Amino acid sequence: MIDKSRRSQFLACAKRWLQPALLLGLVLMVSGCGLTQAPVLDPKGPITLVERDLLFTAFGLMLIVVIPVFIMAFIFVWWYRPASTHDIYDPDWGYSVWMDALVWSVPALIVIVLGTFVWDYTHRLDPYKGINSAKPPLEVQVVAQDWKWLFLYPEQDVAVVNELVFPSGRPLSLKITSDTVMNSFMIPTLGGQIYAMAGMETRLHLLADKPGQFAGRNMQYSGSGFANQYFTAIAMSDQDFEAWVAKVKQSANRLDTASYEQLVKPSQRHPVTYYGTFEPDLFARIIAQYAPAGTGAMPAGQAQAASH
Amino acid sequence: MLGKLTVDALPFYSAIAMGGAAVTVLGGLAALALILWLGLRYVWSEWLTSVDHKRIGIMYVMLASVMLLRGFADAIMMRAQQAIALNSDGYLPPGHFDQVFSSHGTIMIFFVAMPFLTGLMNIVMPQQIGARDVSFPVMNSISLWFTAAGAALVLISLVIGKFSTAGWTGYPPYSGIEYSPDVGTDYWIWALLIAGVGSTLTGINFVTTIAKRRAPGMTLMRMPLFTWTSLCTSLLMVFAFPALTVAAALLALDRLFGMHFFTNEAGGNMMNYINLLWIWGHPEVYILILPAFGVYSEVTATFARKRLFGYASLVYATMAIAFLSFTVWLHHFFTMGSSANVNAFFGITTMIIAVPTGVKIFDWLLTMYHGRLWMTAPMYWTVGFIVTFVIGGMTGVLLAVPPVDYLMHNTTFLIAHFHNMLIPGALFGYFAGYMYWFPKAFGFTLDERWGIRAFWFWLIGFWFAFMPLYALGFLGMPRRMEQYNVAEWQPYLILAAFGAVLIAGGIACQIMQLVVSTQSRQATLDLTGDPWGGRTLEWLTASPPAPYNFAVVPEVHDLDAFHEMKRHGVAYQRPAHYTDIFVPRNTAIGVIIGGFAFVLGFAMVWHIWWLAIVAGLVILITLAARSFDDDTEYRMTAAEIEAIEDQRWQVMAKAPRRAWDRAPVAQDQPVPRGAT
Repeated sequence: MIDKSRRSQFLACAKRWLQPALLLGLVLMVSGCGLTQAPVLDPKGPITLVERDLLFTAFGLMLIVVIPVFIMAFIFVWWYRPASTHDIYDPDWGYSVWMDALVWSVPALIVIVLGTFVWDYTHRLDPYKGINSAKPPLEVQVVAQDWKWLFLYPEQDVAVVNELVFPSGRPLSLKITSDTVMNSFMIPTLGGQIYAMAGMETRLHLLADKPGQFAGRNMQYSGSGFANQYFTAIAMSDQDFEAWVAKVKQSANRLDTASYEQLVKPSQRHPVTYYGTFEPDLFARIIAQYAPAGTGAMPAGQAQAASH
Repeated sequence: MLGKLTVDALPFYSAIAMGGAAVTVLGGLAALALILWLGLRYVWSEWLTSVDHKRIGIMYVMLASVMLLRGFADAIMMRAQQAIALNSDGYLPPGHFDQVFSSHGTIMIFFVAMPFLTGLMNIVMPQQIGARDVSFPVMNSISLWFTAAGAALVLISLVIGKFSTAGWTGYPPYSGIEYSPDVGTDYWIWALLIAGVGSTLTGINFVTTIAKRRAPGMTLMRMPLFTWTSLCTSLLMVFAFPALTVAAALLALDRLFGMHFFTNEAGGNMMNYINLLWIWGHPEVYILILPAFGVYSEVTATFARKRLFGYASLVYATMAIAFLSFTVWLHHFFTMGSSANVNAFFGITTMIIAVPTGVKIFDWLLTMYHGRLWMTAPMYWTVGFIVTFVIGGMTGVLLAVPPVDYLMHNTTFLIAHFHNMLIPGALFGYFAGYMYWFPKAFGFTLDERWGIRAFWFWLIGFWFAFMPLYALGFLGMPRRMEQYNVAEWQPYLILAAFGAVLIAGGIACQIMQLVVSTQSRQATLDLTGDPWGGRTLEWLTASPPAPYNFAVVPEVHDLDAFHEMKRHGVAYQRPAHYTDIFVPRNTAIGVIIGGFAFVLGFAMVWHIWWLAIVAGLVILITLAARSFDDDTEYRMTAAEIEAIEDQRWQVMAKAPRRAWDRAPVAQDQPVPRGAT
């Protein structure tokens, strides 16, 4: 994941001295407010970890501007207050080339540094990009419905509602669509979010370091059941995952066209439901149902979103 | 006959909705009673039909103030709901909570911020450039009444039917007819369409005014900063608002005629809507904030009693922000699945905007440096803005980093960020401008103590209300939750609700300020027209100004034109003679067009086609009839003007020394020359 180019070395160097100082400050700040367990601040996987550290780095760089503003604001108001004895008063002073150069160049330099970070990390953390790992990724197809989440496991041929189970230490490769309005899929402690849109497929790659249970939900307002549209993400060991798959496979439920029609109807607080098998091309058909009649192909906008 | 409108549209379904409707109806009756008390004839002929930019400006600010109360009522309802809705339904059912957050955003953006800034620009900008009026006074009145019509549609949705549940951004396909079949979204669309046309016209009007109506000698680089920011805001209105109008109109076509611009199926694509909306939406952020930046620039220079630092830098920074604001819209949806190249590009352009914004902050601070601060209420708002706004600027840069945005998008962190931009950034600026220019508009100053109390309530309330939302973002709380099951969120939401209560205290202080100041106005009359020792031309006119603003159009030789005039002792010279001035006649055309625009919108919402056609025809016929009217101005004779001006000279000669005389620059005192 990390290439050894000069730029990366520079970035790594910049981060080396920036991060510990910031982390210390933030940890002090955050622990006071009981935020240490916050999903975003206490990540359980490498994606959120890198995204969080990037947030800290950007935060630290911004302090170069923010702290002087605070100091200047308080000191100037104090120095030049009406009762002040400060006798320097220079009513016609309105320009200094050095000051001008300073106030343009410092923010500009910060943005240049941050911009380099942005370019580098946006490519590294592209949600469409797979996670390097010795293990092959587990593919899961995700369908947003009103107001629940359907997870299809094509390799295992099982389907689950409102529960996403996967092995820890193995990349999770998600293909995401919606069979309703736009949703946004997110498990905050494992990684960022991506929109789920009808007729289109978006991608997200996640990895959980260790077994555990994490909250996942729709982040994009989608109607009256939105608040209840959450699910549990469960990372478990490989053996436990195999056992779980075997358990689901024993379910007599079958997700075919008829039962899908039932499932897709709006419902709230839908119980976790297992399907022992599902129609193999179900995910593709959910997407294709929104294609314009007669074309049989994806419309242009759809291809754009799916062509990564 | 009445389309979809039946008696079921009345809010008998819920006690809370009934309460809201009752308050709205009572508010309308109170407004009517006030008009009758003032005298219907007076209100109609002097105010409603006025084409005087100062009166139009005052009416804009009044509209904004009323709508601020409504928008804030929504806000405190949401904060109350979220403070108690842990594992419980709270007191608002989902269908109602969704209307509340949708109308809160819609009202605050379109019917508080927009009319407030348009009002300030109307009152001040023509005076700052030494103009007697805007370029198109009647169009100015039409813009006002379009905005009022939009606001009226939002208000009446509380009584007849429901409001949108799709948020203030109205993303399809949720806002499409399939998922939102009731009239709420239509109310939202037509309110935006009508008010949006008003804003576009305002933009055209102000760009033309600044381009064509400047006093002799006022080159572009001598324009006051508020005029510069008004120019940039107006340019943004002209170029950005059509995108919103198109997006809303296409959505209306989808909903009315079953078209498929943004639907899920049949080739529709909501991504196009989201792009169009934000191509308007991001410049809109700067439309809202640039006039406030202009206010801060004027206030800082005036009350630091010092030349503005880095005038040229501030101008270039403003222009840079205006230009760059069109290059960043995609950062509102980094999570849509664009490629890394696209996301990184828009992330970097977004950060670039932080540079000119940072420059502005430092320029204001350096304006205070080596100054003599006079800590008036406008100055409090400005200093409070600087220290709070940088926090929002910082979180904005954080959100501009796409991978960070993947984590924080759609969470309350985002809510905290943009409120941090719009409350300290824009609203504090409007309040500063309101308290700064109030004596110019009404002829007496506002009470300082209540103004400063309001400031502290608002500032502390803001920190309590929104800092917890930043924290809740890290805890993964999404926006727009009407209830939740995560116990860790609740303490923060209770803190935020407390902040909202403090802000309510701030609003109460502002109402008190208005009451107290009005009652004691005889003691605080602004007799000179220059209560603060101002630097720009609007302080040269009387307070309130005569209909023509300037009896003699001033000649400008420098930046800070009025300050230089006072310094050279030429600010108060009675001219040898006056000349006739043509002043535009008041006309009912604005009220008629705005009124029927409201009828048109209401008819379209309820599918009352005949009424829509009638209203549309009335608007067209009114416009056509106006084009045949050649008698649109009246002449104020030199004698009339001389009478008005001589009276002003007399008042000014008798004016007692004002508070600002105690400030350091003694030579700036107005010494009327030629006063008899």
